[in-house]
Amino acid sequence: MKFIKFLLLGIVFGVVMAKSEAISWFRIQEMFRFQAFHMYGIIGTAVILGVIGVALIKRFKIRDFHGNQILFYPKDKSIIRYLVGGTIFGLGWALSGACPGPMVVSIGYGFLTMSIVFLFAIVGTYLYGVFKEKLPH
Amino acid sequence: MREFITQTWSWWFSGTMIAAIMFFLLYFGQSFGFSANLRTICAAAGLGKKTKFFDFNWKAQTWNLVFLVGAIVGGFIANQVLSSGTPVEISQATINDLSKLGIAAPASLQPAELFSLDAILSIKGFLVLAVGGLMVGFGSRYAGGCTSGHAISGLSDLQVPSLIAVIGFFIGGLAMTFFILPLIF
Repeated sequence: MKFIKFLLLGIVFGVVMAKSEAISWFRIQEMFRFQAFHMYGIIGTAVILGVIGVALIKRFKIRDFHGNQILFYPKDKSIIRYLVGGTIFGLGWALSGACPGPMVVSIGYGFLTMSIVFLFAIVGTYLYGVFKEKLPH
Repeated sequence: MREFITQTWSWWFSGTMIAAIMFFLLYFGQSFGFSANLRTICAAAGLGKKTKFFDFNWKAQTWNLVFLVGAIVGGFIANQVLSSGTPVEISQATINDLSKLGIAAPASLQPAELFSLDAILSIKGFLVLAVGGLMVGFGSRYAGGCTSGHAISGLSDLQVPSLIAVIGFFIGGLAMTFFILPLIF
């Protein structure tokens, strides 16, 4: 039962991603071609509200429902892993038109061939794990 | 009301909902990062025996796998209950650009040229989806996050690494869109 809230949040996420058309390959192309505001509006709204909310959580030391203070951990300082990793991610995002969340929402929507993209995303993650020590971070 | 629900949801409502999901996850003691599931799936498959990166207590990530299952259900509901069945209304400029690549104007949410059964049964069609997925999976873990972890959660916390990752997302995305896609299609 403790997981039902995460199931419900996942359902809301899936519905919003599908109904906003953020799962659409066409919308991702439109975004990377700078031909509509739609995707920038979605991400921009989420980030602006996110910045305000996170600042308030820190300012007022807001606690989660377990009673623990909500903490944010700074990510490791580096440039190469974020820039190179991000670029590889972007190449895949523009080709398949989906990042990991939208992949599974698309599968649920009925685009079953998106399963190939998702399975290979798992393979890609596995390959990263195998070669991690050899990559510059 | 029915029409209001079945049409495309506005960017401001959708963006607000995504921020709300992020805050609910924080309130429940977790954080919003979808691609972590890919690593969790590798660990749950037992790959941690040979590869250290997958040797961690993946069961602590069960909540995120449940979120993933919910996302699949959400996609199903969006199509079965909340959809008007109209194709994506992308801009005419995008339709024109894509037609030069041989990709027809939208008939649904995804192009048949990439996602139909016919498409994936060709070697090229299969490779497009496989390589695309491979790069998303590899890149998200190398960068330590995807759109949810970096572009939404990380930027909300004003983290410089996330900004660098998002710049990378766009370098890769623009290179694929303007230089590589014309070579493929």
